Amino acid sequence: MSTNTIVSLPDQSTARIPKVNFLTKENGLLSWLLTGDHKRIAILYLISITFFFFIGGALAGLIRLELLTPQSDLMATDTYNKVFTMHGVIMIFLFLVPSVPATLGNFLIPIMLGAKDLALPKINLLSWYLYVVGGILVLYTMISGGVDTGWTFTTPLSTHYVNTNVMSTGLAVFIAGFSSIFTGLNFIVTIHKMRAPGMTWFRMPLFVWSHYAASILMVLGTPVLAIAIVLVALERTMGIGVFDPTKGGDPLLFQHLFWFYSHPAVYIMILPGMGVISEVISTFSRKRVFGYTAVAFSSVAIAVFGFFVWAHHMFIMGISNYAMLVFSLLTMLVAVPSAIKIFNWTFTLYKGSITFETPMLYAFGFMGLFTIGGLTGVFLGTSGTDIHLTETYFIVAHFHFVMVGGMLMAFLSGIHFWWPKMTGRMYPEKISQLAAVVTFIGFNFTFFPQFILGTLGMPRRYAAYPPEFQVLNVFSTAGATILGVGYLLPVLYLTWSLKYGEIAGNNPWQATGFEWQIQSPPLTENFTVTPIMDHEAYDYEWLENQKAKEVASVG
Amino acid sequence: MSDSTAIANGAPEAQHHEHPSYQRHHFESVEQQADATNFAMWLFLLTEIMFFGGLFTAYLIYRNWYYPAFVAASHQLNIFWGTANTGVLISSSFTMAMGVWCAETRRKSGLVLCLVLTFVLGLIFLGIKTIEYSEKIEKHHVPGFHYSVKNFTDPASDPETYKEYKDKPMPLDMARHTELYFFLYFAMTGMHALHMIIGIAILGFMIFRARAGAYTGGHVTFVENFGLYWHFVDIIWIFLFPLLYLISRHQ
Amino acid sequence: MDHISPVIWQFLVKWMTNFALFPPEASKIAPQMDALYFFITLVSLIGLTLVVLLVTSFSILYRKERHPKAVQIEGSTLLEATWTIIPLGLFLVMFVWGSLIYFRVYTPPANAMNIYVVGKQWMWKAEHPGGQHEINSLHVPVGRAVQLTLISQDVFHSFSIPAFRVKREAIPGRYTTVWFEATTPGTYHLFCTQYCGTNHSAMIGDVVVMTPDDFKKWLDSSTSGNSLAQNGERLFASLSCNACHNTRPDARGPSLANVYGSKLPLAGGGTALADDAYLRESILNPSQHVTQGYAPIMPTYQGQISEDGVIALVEFIKNLNSDYRIQQTTNTVDLLPEGEGKAATPGEKPAGQAQPKPASQGMVKQ
Repeated sequence: MSTNTIVSLPDQSTARIPKVNFLTKENGLLSWLLTGDHKRIAILYLISITFFFFIGGALAGLIRLELLTPQSDLMATDTYNKVFTMHGVIMIFLFLVPSVPATLGNFLIPIMLGAKDLALPKINLLSWYLYVVGGILVLYTMISGGVDTGWTFTTPLSTHYVNTNVMSTGLAVFIAGFSSIFTGLNFIVTIHKMRAPGMTWFRMPLFVWSHYAASILMVLGTPVLAIAIVLVALERTMGIGVFDPTKGGDPLLFQHLFWFYSHPAVYIMILPGMGVISEVISTFSRKRVFGYTAVAFSSVAIAVFGFFVWAHHMFIMGISNYAMLVFSLLTMLVAVPSAIKIFNWTFTLYKGSITFETPMLYAFGFMGLFTIGGLTGVFLGTSGTDIHLTETYFIVAHFHFVMVGGMLMAFLSGIHFWWPKMTGRMYPEKISQLAAVVTFIGFNFTFFPQFILGTLGMPRRYAAYPPEFQVLNVFSTAGATILGVGYLLPVLYLTWSLKYGEIAGNNPWQATGFEWQIQSPPLTENFTVTPIMDHEAYDYEWLENQKAKEVASVG
Repeated sequence: MSDSTAIANGAPEAQHHEHPSYQRHHFESVEQQADATNFAMWLFLLTEIMFFGGLFTAYLIYRNWYYPAFVAASHQLNIFWGTANTGVLISSSFTMAMGVWCAETRRKSGLVLCLVLTFVLGLIFLGIKTIEYSEKIEKHHVPGFHYSVKNFTDPASDPETYKEYKDKPMPLDMARHTELYFFLYFAMTGMHALHMIIGIAILGFMIFRARAGAYTGGHVTFVENFGLYWHFVDIIWIFLFPLLYLISRHQ
Repeated sequence: MDHISPVIWQFLVKWMTNFALFPPEASKIAPQMDALYFFITLVSLIGLTLVVLLVTSFSILYRKERHPKAVQIEGSTLLEATWTIIPLGLFLVMFVWGSLIYFRVYTPPANAMNIYVVGKQWMWKAEHPGGQHEINSLHVPVGRAVQLTLISQDVFHSFSIPAFRVKREAIPGRYTTVWFEATTPGTYHLFCTQYCGTNHSAMIGDVVVMTPDDFKKWLDSSTSGNSLAQNGERLFASLSCNACHNTRPDARGPSLANVYGSKLPLAGGGTALADDAYLRESILNPSQHVTQGYAPIMPTYQGQISEDGVIALVEFIKNLNSDYRIQQTTNTVDLLPEGEGKAATPGEKPAGQAQPKPASQGMVKQ
C-alpha cells in the first residue's frame, strides 16, 4: 500500500463482487420500476437527474454561445429567453434540488442510521415517479415551444404578458415539488424513528444532520411554492386579479410567496452538499470533524434562519426601507453558520493525515469556491451595494459559484466517494483527479469574469449587450467549454468503471460509518443483523480496533 | 467475502422473528411502524398548513386593504348553509373518531357503520357546497366568468341580502375589489373541497377493506392516520367558516 | 472615504475604470457606495486568503507522508466563538454601512428636481416637467439633485444607471422613486435590468449629463410646447374633473389648490400625506381616499387614463400652488354647460382662496 493514499482494496486476483446484493437480488424491468428498495430508487434518481443535467447543460452551452457576440445573432431573442428559462427550471428543480438528497441521501441515510430502509418505501417510489412526471412535463414544454418567463415566473409578465407554456411548466414544477416534499418527509420520519440502538442524535454522521435540516426546509417551504404556482395558474386562466394592480391585486405578493420558498430552496440545495463535505474531509484527514456539535447545529441554524430572509431578493422592488433593515440584518445572521462550517472543515485538516484522492480534491474545490460564492452573497445582503449589483451578472456569478462551484462539486465528491459502495467497483483515480482539476479551472474561467461584468453593470438575462462587455463574455464562454469537458469525463469513466473498475471491497477508504462496514454493493436489506452504535461518529480508533479483530476473508 | 465479518457488533437476535403479517420488513417492530407512520402523517399535515397558509395570508392582506369590499362580499355568503356545513363536518369528525375507537376495540360492524356515516356526511357537505356554488354562479359572482359587481354598486338589486344587511351602494372602484374576495373564497373553499373529495374517495376504499376485517385485526394505523387527515380537513373548515362567513355579520 | 488618501482613491478608481473592471463614478453616491464595495472586497479577500492559506498549509504540513497518524481533536469552543463573533461583527458593520447608503439612495432631498419615467415593453419614456419627452434617454444637469418617479405600464422593469450606482424597479400600479446627483458631464449607460419579455435587452439607452447651461439649451430646444402641467390641465378639463373639484363652497369635491404635500384628514379617520402616490391612487381608486367631509361619489378613472395621463394630472395638481393657476382652474368651470357645478354665484369668494378673475378670461396658455 503506497503511503500517499488511504485506498485499501482487496487482492484483485481473488476479489469478486458479492453474488447477492441489491442489484442482483431481483431481475427485470418491473423489479426496478416497482421497487421499494431505497438503494434502487437512488439509482433510478441518479440516472434521471444525470439525464436532465445534460439537457440543462446543453442549454447553458447555447447561452454561452449566444453571448460570444454582443448582438443577438445566434438565435432570436425570444428563443434565447426560452433557453435561459428552461436552463434555470431544469437545473434548479430537476437537478439541484433532488441531486444529493434523492441519490446519495436515499441510498445512504437508512444505512448510516442502521435501518433496513426508509420509513415509507412506497412514498419514496412515488416521489421518484412524481419527479419523472415533472421531468416529462418539462420535456413536453420544451418540445411544444418552451417558456420564456425566467425561472422566477415574475408576475404580471407570466400571468398576462406571455403566451408561452407557463401552465405546463408550472404544473411540472408543482409536481416535482411534491416529489421533494415526500423525500424530505421520509427522511425526517426515518431519522426520528428508525435509528439503530445506541445511535443517538449526536452520534449520527453529519451527512444525516445536513439532510435533516434540508428536509425541514423541503417539507415546510415547498408547499408555499405550490400555492404560488396555483395562484399564477388561476390568474392566467381565469383572470381573477390577485396579482393584477388594475383589479386591486398586488404583483409583489407573488414575489413574496415565490421567494418564501425559493430562498430556503437554495439551502435545500446546499445543505446536503455540505453534509457530503463533512464526510469526505473527515475520511481523508483520518479525523473526526472539528467541532461536530457546531457543524450539526449550524446546519439547523441555516435551515431556521433561511426561512426569514426571503425579501433580500426584493430590496429594490419597492419594499419599505424598514422591511429592508429586517431582512438585511437576518441575511447577515444566516451567513454566519456557513462561515462556521468552512472554518470547522479547515481545522479538521489540522493535525490530520491528509491524502488527495478525487473526493478530497472536489471537497477542496468546494471549500474555495463556496467561500467565494458565500462572501459575494454578503455584497448582495448588504443593501447599499445590492442596489448596484442586483439584477446584474454579479448575481449570476454569485449563485453559480455557490451552486455549481459549491453544490455540484460536493455532488461529484459524494458520487466518487460512495461509488465503490453503490457499485462495488472503484473509479479510475488518475483520470478522475484530472477531471476534478479541469472542472475547477473551467469553472473559474467561466464564472469569475461574470463578477466583473456585473460590477460593470451588465444586466442579466440579456441576449444582446453593449460591445465593451464582449471580452469578458468571450473569456466566460471559453471557460464554459473547459467546464463541459470536466463534466463529461466522469460520465465516461464512471460508466467504464462499472465493468472494468477494480473491485472495491467493503471499505476502500478505511472510513467509519455503518455503510463502510457492510458489503459493496449492499444487500437489499442492508444488514443481516441490526447493528448497535456503541461509539461516537468518526471514531477512527474504533475502526482500528475493528481491523485488528477482523478475520481476513477467505477466497 | 461474506458480510459476516462486516458487522462486528450485531444484536443477538433470532434469525426469523415472529411478527404480524402487516408489519413491513424494514421495521423492527409493529410499534415502530405505527410510530413512524403516525409521525409521517403529522408531518404531512404540517405541509398542508403551509400550503393553505399562502391563501390565508393573501386573504388577510387584501381584507386589510379593501375592507368595505370584503365586508359587502362576505354578506353574500349564506350563513344558514355555512352553519349547516359546519355542523355536518363536526359530526363527521365525531363519527370518524368513533370509527377509530371501533377499530382499536376490534368492533368490525361498528367501524363499518362509522365509516359509512362519515362518508355520507362528507357527501352532504359537498352537496351543500354545490348548492352554494351554484348560487354564486347564478349571481355572477365567479371571478373571471362574467363577474358582475351589480349587487354591490346597487345592493337593492339583491333583495334577500339587502333585507338582511341593508348595505349602502358602493363606488365602482371599491366594488371591483369584491372580485378578489370571491377569488379567495373559491380558492380556499375549493382547495378544501378538493381535500374533502380525496378524503371521501379514501373513505370509500376503507369501507371495503373494513368489511373484510383489515382494520380490526390489530392493524389500526391506517384508520388512525386517516382520522388525523379527516380532522385536519375539518379544522381548516373551522378556520374558513368564521373568516369567510361570520366575520362581517354585524357590519 | 476621508480616511483614504484622495490620490490613492483616484488612482484605484481610475485604474479599475480604465481596465474595465469598474464603471465610472459619475454621481455623488457612487464613491460612497464604492467605498463600501471596496471594504467588503477587502474583507472577503482577507477571509478567502485566510481560508486558502490555512487549507494549503495544513495540506502540506499534515499530508499523509509527513504526518501519518492523525491526532483526534474534538473541537475548541474558543475557536468556535472567535470565528462566529468576528465574521458576525464584520457582517454587522457592513449591514449598518449598507443600510445608511440604501436609505440615502432612496430618500430624495426636498429640493430635488423631479423627472417622471414610465417603463413599458420595451422602452423608457422620460417626461420632464417642462414638457420635454425622451425615449430611451435621460438628460440631466450636473450638480443638481434629480429625483426619478418611476412607474410601469405593464410588467416589472428596472431602471438602472451603473455609473450612478442607482437602480430602481418600475412597478405596475404604483410609483417608486430614486434620486441621484450627477457629478461629471458625459454619456452613460441606461439599462432595464428586470427581465420583461422579448426585447428586454433592447430596453437600453443613454443618460446624458450636461452642464447647467447646456441643459437649459437642451430643455428649450426639446420642449414640445406644453409642459406636463399644461397637458394635465387639459386633461383636467376634458375629463370634467373641474365639475366637482372647483373652488366653490358647495363643490362636491375638495379643492385641489395647495393640496400637494399637505396632510389630508380622511373620511374614515386618520390622515394621509398627499404625495404623488396619493394623488395617483385618488384618481384610480378614489373611494379609498375620500377627504373628510365629502361623499364617496368620485368615479374611478381606472382604464380611462394612461400612466402618462396620470402623470400629467399629478404634475398639474402639484403646481396648483399659485394663485394664477387656481384662477385658471376655477375659471374653466364657467365653460361647462349650464346646470353643471354652478350652484353658487361665480363672483363669490370661497373661504381662504384668492379672488378669482372674471370669467371672460377663459383658459390662457402659459
